[in-house]
Amino acid sequence: MRRYFRRKLLVYGLTFFVAVTVNWMIPRFMPGDPVASMVARANMTQPQAVAAMRAYYNDLFGFDQPLWQQYLSFWGALLRGDFGLSIWLFPTPVGTVIADAVPYTLALVVPSVLLSWVVGNWFGAYAARRRVLDNTVLPIGYILTATPYMWLAVLLAWGLGVVAGLFPVAGGYSFSMQPTWSWAFLLDLLHHWALPFLSLFLVALGGWAIGMRNMIIYELESDYANYLSALGAPSRLIRRYAFRNAVLPQITGLALQLGVIVAGALVTEIVFAYPGLGSLILKAIQNSDFFLLQGTFLFIVLGVLIANFIIDIVYVVVDPRTRAGMAGADA
Amino acid sequence: MSLQVSDLRVHYRTLKGDVRALDGVSFDLADGEILGLVGESGCGKSTLGKALIRMDGRMRRTGGTVALDGEELPIDDDRRMNDFRFRRVSLIPQYAMSALNPTRKIRRLVAELLRSRGAAVDPAELESRMAHVGLPPAVLDRYPIELSGGMRQRMVMVISTLLDPSLLIADEVTSALDVSTQKAVARALLGFRDSGYVKSMIFITHDLALTHHIADTIMVMYAGRLAEKAPADVIVKAPRHPYTRLLLDSLPEVGVRYADRRLDGIAGSPPSLLDPPAGCRFRDRCPLAGEECGEDPPVTELAPDHHVACWKA
Repeated sequence: MRRYFRRKLLVYGLTFFVAVTVNWMIPRFMPGDPVASMVARANMTQPQAVAAMRAYYNDLFGFDQPLWQQYLSFWGALLRGDFGLSIWLFPTPVGTVIADAVPYTLALVVPSVLLSWVVGNWFGAYAARRRVLDNTVLPIGYILTATPYMWLAVLLAWGLGVVAGLFPVAGGYSFSMQPTWSWAFLLDLLHHWALPFLSLFLVALGGWAIGMRNMIIYELESDYANYLSALGAPSRLIRRYAFRNAVLPQITGLALQLGVIVAGALVTEIVFAYPGLGSLILKAIQNSDFFLLQGTFLFIVLGVLIANFIIDIVYVVVDPRTRAGMAGADA
Repeated sequence: MSLQVSDLRVHYRTLKGDVRALDGVSFDLADGEILGLVGESGCGKSTLGKALIRMDGRMRRTGGTVALDGEELPIDDDRRMNDFRFRRVSLIPQYAMSALNPTRKIRRLVAELLRSRGAAVDPAELESRMAHVGLPPAVLDRYPIELSGGMRQRMVMVISTLLDPSLLIADEVTSALDVSTQKAVARALLGFRDSGYVKSMIFITHDLALTHHIADTIMVMYAGRLAEKAPADVIVKAPRHPYTRLLLDSLPEVGVRYADRRLDGIAGSPPSLLDPPAGCRFRDRCPLAGEECGEDPPVTELAPDHHVACWKA
């Protein structure tokens, strides 16, 4: 058991290291000069002032140092929890900018991932036993799961937002409101949250339902199910066993899908101009904001890694076979 | 009389038509009797076993009756049959090694199964029966995947017989085992009968030699019909049906070198049961076949308890 987790932690540590390195590299090899754009924003005409400002910024952000030194100091700052200053929102620290956006993304991703997983599994298992439902749910599920997130998002925004006028199509809350802990504001938040949530939820739902439906059919034809029916066990018991065993691969699937879902959430946020990490990434790219981009990526990588680790632990708890495998590895 | 099967016909529905897997089989099984059911693949022996406990979706009864302890079994009524399953008729399946849900500990699995059938677990009884087949009580706290194939199979044997059924169907239980384990399994099954855990048993196999050790009576089937049924010794020592004789001849003998004499199989293969030919179905492969074999041979009792379906016997 301990060995299993040690190995897992090592793999996650390595992934983290590589992710941070790639994360550091990408913005530096991206076209565009962030300092030039900041200097340009200052609207200065005197060349001396421009040069002085350029030197000031280069010094501030450490762009005048050799690359390896930038890399090392990047790690150093990272370990101190210092993500640097945002260029786009200069001089707000990147940490603050991200902390403002993270609640929106979490509020979008966590419920849509968990709810779509639970509802999808339940629905798929149900469809596997009803022919009529199976014949309708399956095609719909395939269409949903094949739909790109942003496309469904655009459809929903157009249908439910623009045409039907039921939901706002942009923003995290109304422009007329200030974030406060009031019922009116929370309701407004929920109102803006509904459409992005729905588009994420629906796309993921189709995939889970199809996966579960296939797994349940497979499990119901397995030897243990046949044996139980030969002994006259009620189908309730057999279905319970089948559901439990069919859920296991779905948990693995959740771990595999997590990255995709997060990426989908980012795109969806952009469609709905939702003030989460996705919109932040877009802004960071548009403004050549290295530090913000790095900070956001890092946060997403960290989030996906942590979620995967949690799923690993859950899997060990629910599937005795992984535990048996570990006992074998220890021996 | 524990089991009475009369003129049982079971067909498989296929796209090409009905496959007559069981085409009029009749036999009796006395209390305490172990019947060895022998034949080639596709002769209908597994179909018979399935028909007695749970027909799959493609199987249809087209005729005949089955009575257990004087009560007719509703073999084609899945729902009503449930009352008989496990309590009166039980099964050790061919796939016994994978018959247990891999994600439940055995103790819980047994308890849940029994509770679903309205029975309670008697831990002492369960453990004594496990001891009977050489399983320590610690097995109860393991997952099936933690047991060896042989242990899983023995566990299935114990579970299947927990409610003391009248009839136990053991379907090819030894075919996946090595020779020494086969012996142990066969002995355990005999022990089940002798301890009264099961009243009578149908032991389905293609291993004639092993059947001889445990069965009281052996029934040889061919192409969905009974070929010969007689006490085990008679079948092995004085078979009357040419098919039984050829089947015995095709077994290797210990101590005989087959350098000079080739070990004979039976030439040809059984007829298709989709549209079986009229008359004796073994005719095409039978060395004795003659004019009269164009008509169906009736099952006749040549000697007490020795039934043969052959004109030449």
